[in-house]
Amino acid sequence: MTIYAFATQLLTQLLELVIALALAPLLSGWVAVCRARLQKRCPPPPLLPYHTLLKLFRKDVLLAHNASSLFRVAPYIIFSCMALASAIVPTLSTELLFAPAADAIALVGLFALARVFIALAGMDVGTAFGSLGARREMLIGFLAEPALLMVFFTASIISGSTSLATIVGTLAHHEFVIYPSLAFAGVAFTMVSLAENGRVPVDNPSTHLELTMIHEAMILEYSGRHLALIEWAASLKLFAYSCLGIALFFPFGVAESTGPGALAVAGVFLVGKLAFGGFVLALIETLNAKMRVFRTPEFLGTAFLLAVLAILVHLLLEGGR
Amino acid sequence: MNLPAWLPALHDLPGLPLAGQLINLCAAIMLLLAFAMLAQRRIVTLINLFALQGAVLCLSTAIVALSTGQSHLWGSALLTLLLKVILLPWILHRLVHKLSVKWDVETLFNIPTTMLVGIGLVIIAFNVAQPISEFAGTITRSTIGIALACVMLAFLMMITRSKAVPQVVGFMSMENGLFFAATSATYGMPMVIELGVALDVLVGMVIFGVFFFQIREKFDSLDIRHLEEKTKQE
Amino acid sequence: MSPLALILLCLASWLAIGLIGAFFSRQFVLVARILFPLGALVGISVALAALSAIFTGNETAMLPLGLPGLPFHLRLDALSAFFLFLLGAVAAGISIYAAGYFRRGQGSTPGLQCLLYHLFLASMGGVLLADDAYFFMVAWESMALSSYFLVTSDHRIAEIRRAGFLYLIVAHVGAIGILLSFGAMTGGTGDYTFDGIRTNAPEGWLASAALLLALGGFGAKAGLLPLHVWLPEAHPAAPSPVSAMMSGVMLKTAIYGLLRVTFDLLPEQQWWWGALLLGLGLATALFGVVFSTVQSDMKRLLAYSSIENIGLIFAGIGLSLVFAANSMPLLAALALTAALYHCLNHAFFKSLLFLATGSVLHATGQRNLGRLGGLIHRMPWVAWLALLGVVASAGLPPLNGFVSEWLLLQSFLFTPQLPHGYLNMLLPVAAGAIALIAALAGFAMVKFFGVVFLGQPREEHLAKAHDAGRMERLGLIWLATGCVLLGVLPNFVIAALDPVTQLLVGAGFAQVSASGNWLLLAPISEERASYSGAIFLGGLLAFTLALFLVVRTVFHGRLRRADAWDCGFPLLSGRTQDTAEGFGQPIRQVFAPFFRITREHPSPFDKEPHYRIVVEDPLWHWLYLPLAWLVDLGTRVVGKLQQGRIAIYLLYSFVTLLALLVFTTR
Repeated sequence: MTIYAFATQLLTQLLELVIALALAPLLSGWVAVCRARLQKRCPPPPLLPYHTLLKLFRKDVLLAHNASSLFRVAPYIIFSCMALASAIVPTLSTELLFAPAADAIALVGLFALARVFIALAGMDVGTAFGSLGARREMLIGFLAEPALLMVFFTASIISGSTSLATIVGTLAHHEFVIYPSLAFAGVAFTMVSLAENGRVPVDNPSTHLELTMIHEAMILEYSGRHLALIEWAASLKLFAYSCLGIALFFPFGVAESTGPGALAVAGVFLVGKLAFGGFVLALIETLNAKMRVFRTPEFLGTAFLLAVLAILVHLLLEGGR
Repeated sequence: MNLPAWLPALHDLPGLPLAGQLINLCAAIMLLLAFAMLAQRRIVTLINLFALQGAVLCLSTAIVALSTGQSHLWGSALLTLLLKVILLPWILHRLVHKLSVKWDVETLFNIPTTMLVGIGLVIIAFNVAQPISEFAGTITRSTIGIALACVMLAFLMMITRSKAVPQVVGFMSMENGLFFAATSATYGMPMVIELGVALDVLVGMVIFGVFFFQIREKFDSLDIRHLEEKTKQE
Repeated sequence: MSPLALILLCLASWLAIGLIGAFFSRQFVLVARILFPLGALVGISVALAALSAIFTGNETAMLPLGLPGLPFHLRLDALSAFFLFLLGAVAAGISIYAAGYFRRGQGSTPGLQCLLYHLFLASMGGVLLADDAYFFMVAWESMALSSYFLVTSDHRIAEIRRAGFLYLIVAHVGAIGILLSFGAMTGGTGDYTFDGIRTNAPEGWLASAALLLALGGFGAKAGLLPLHVWLPEAHPAAPSPVSAMMSGVMLKTAIYGLLRVTFDLLPEQQWWWGALLLGLGLATALFGVVFSTVQSDMKRLLAYSSIENIGLIFAGIGLSLVFAANSMPLLAALALTAALYHCLNHAFFKSLLFLATGSVLHATGQRNLGRLGGLIHRMPWVAWLALLGVVASAGLPPLNGFVSEWLLLQSFLFTPQLPHGYLNMLLPVAAGAIALIAALAGFAMVKFFGVVFLGQPREEHLAKAHDAGRMERLGLIWLATGCVLLGVLPNFVIAALDPVTQLLVGAGFAQVSASGNWLLLAPISEERASYSGAIFLGGLLAFTLALFLVVRTVFHGRLRRADAWDCGFPLLSGRTQDTAEGFGQPIRQVFAPFFRITREHPSPFDKEPHYRIVVEDPLWHWLYLPLAWLVDLGTRVVGKLQQGRIAIYLLYSFVTLLALLVFTTR
């Protein structure tokens, strides 16, 4: 690799990271706006998440007496995991410096690492709600993770690689072919990402009833900059999942070079697709009711089986590779 | 390092004509719908899914007709549309309405287990269909496995359900699968047979309808298990 | 000095250390502070010698011991060198820890413990070096016996005696399987050296029979379903360094034995062996992990987690067999590399976790998760080191558990290339099962760490818990460093595994690390799959640090302590948090058919409400109790012969003599 290539890849990588960090709260805000509009409510300002983050960062941290150092480290680790995750996903370009360090499986591992730390942090203070949230989060985690991995497996078997850059490159830059298997995988992926991001049929990000909470229950004890980091990480996670969905199922427009023109085009594509994806998410959240916690195994089990079917259909219809 | 020869190259995806791709997509959706029916608890949604499956079947038959120029397939596509997308769902909806059985249908096993068994059936169906599809010369031959899987899944649905209406839906969805298999393996059966089968299904539907009313009058419920108890008593 | 000689010397010095310990049985300081650290040094030299032997290749020797005309044959090849490295490296950490662990007046005398412990180590080394069935069985049996006595070192407790007895029975049933398997492999030639077996190894059904017998025998030692029952009983019973040694190393000798038989001694592999191993392995792993999530004893939890990891290793070996039988050596090597790598990883993180439970046990006297909690405040060293083990064991990047799971999943990704309809459709589903198992392991590990170290102390005396001593800490650090290094530098490990896979399946991945980027693990090619633990860890640490500094400088670092919020609930105590049972409840609900649950609910009118739940292994009721009943019935029938009168016994001897005379002279 020449110095020039290295530098451009590094720049692209940094650009992508910065875009993810900057746009992620906006995406959450946009989803909230869409949701309010669809439910005939007065929408909050789309920039509200930024104000919330800024406010939280300025406030003092109020720490429980019993909180350990793990509790204080966890927000930073979770945030880093999510930032790295959104750096790995090829949203703008497939030529990323960091991409070879982690493939699709490592991405799943990265999400799992963040999940383990947030669950441990939830258990740290020793409140009933914290550990309730932690065990529910782990329940969703162990059901969603295999389903997500099977979705990646489908894409990997189609493109012969688990490297996200190669997958996206293969899917985006060939003549138009309909993959029935990707349709299955897409449905499964949607279900998984709803569950993983604490969205409506599984969890409700705007709930105020502790007993139905999952994500919110774990972070009840957090305040100040810690809470800000966790909230930001949550929106980064939504951003990363949206970008993943786009990269796997609608990859058209991703740049394969690092030229500024290609990147600009890719950026426009990305924003458009994200806006549409946010609207679809709000639509799903409006049309569905939250299900009981013990219906989630059924929900995610279905996602897993759909992902397995995707592989089988690929092997049958698309001849396997 | 030297890669073994059987490892396929990257960035090189096999192409198919567009019609073949669309038919494959239809087949996949058929399978998806078969699974959705297997996991569906509500009767009304079940009937709608059945109608949707019929519509996909109709669509795929039409695509085959268009791409191969087999004119008799247009007839069978029309027949599917009239019978399975419009008439039968309409009759079923009316039945459900008249019998006032809009309750949740309960499944005998829990749903993930049923789906897991379904996956097993799909694997078996795909492998069983492998030799058949090698014989068939149609552009749709790879979908034979899916058609067979649809038949098996419908069969599984009949086994796992204890209420009468879902069983009938399962029965008819099985017919959908058979029809699809025929289309994909040999571009459809002769028109006479198709008409006969369609008539059979229709007559079957009518008989089932009369039957439902009789069961309900006798037992105040459409649960098949009451019939089983009755036969045991006699 | 050649590596083999050096290793033999080390094994001998282990024996000598043990004997010295037994001789000065009452000298506590000598035994604990000098002999155990010496044993650790010997362990390190075993590891170093073995490491060099992996690359230097075959070496044989003959010891003038044993029966006349049947001396002990020894061989040091890449496979045994790899497992010897594992033994030495892990034993070093455990021995150092044990130096601080054994206390006066607990269980057997330290001198006896020292003897048995070092005998255990030396006999495991013997198993790995054996080159004939006779020496193999001698070493195998002394390994079983010494570990049995170590397990029952607190023999005054009836429960421990019972656990030890169960272990002894299963170990010996397994030993019979191995013995018969060797018998089948020699095929009546009477040549029990491994060389002899290789030259006239059986084919066809006899080979399959030998494999199945070996699978039963080694499976019993490794804890393969349904022969796993001894494992969750014996591990909690044993002192923690012994549990660590058994789980970390002894289970791997069974893996070694199976690899030796399937790939080395039997010349031709059948694909269905692989399918069988894969199926059994996956079933074992799923069973183990599901049970580990519902345990309320921390060592039982870890023991079930060992069953899970053994299952994963078996699955890797099975996949490798499938590939090897379909003559795809490169993929067979990939799957085998994953399995061997996982052996090494499991040895490190599981012994780390077992040792951590040992420290907790010493500090609190409790194994029950329901009586622990909040120990991160009192025992920061143990807690943070255990966290490394937890992350590794949950298979999370950037630590070592992830690397082997990644390799395993990579090898599953190539199964659609198999020329076998059902297999290439079933194997992706198996990959899904592996993902499920890994995710469930995460659940179990969060439960383990969260309940033991986080939250509020569930008992008052936990506030007096003390952190691990200096020696104990050193042992934990040694193992934790291993976890990190194995996770960050996978290419070196894979290069070291190359001679092993070359030996067994005729392909390897040495060139992966030789050419290209040493940081990047890309077994097939970089475009197809790559992972770099080092960049991963570095990126994560750098980003976290940068983030911390940025937040500090841009905003502030103000922090106030207050009562926990808990939605305004004021009466927060150790009793209001989730219990271990409560944490496992989702799993009990989702996997209900796996368990045999007996539950007592309190009624609303109880004066003293009482809730009790017992989750049992259904196999115990379906398989073992009927079996025990049958054995009991059989012995009662045979017992009728026992009359207690001399005349009758004389009659038996007389009748036997007559019968023999009649038969032999015919």
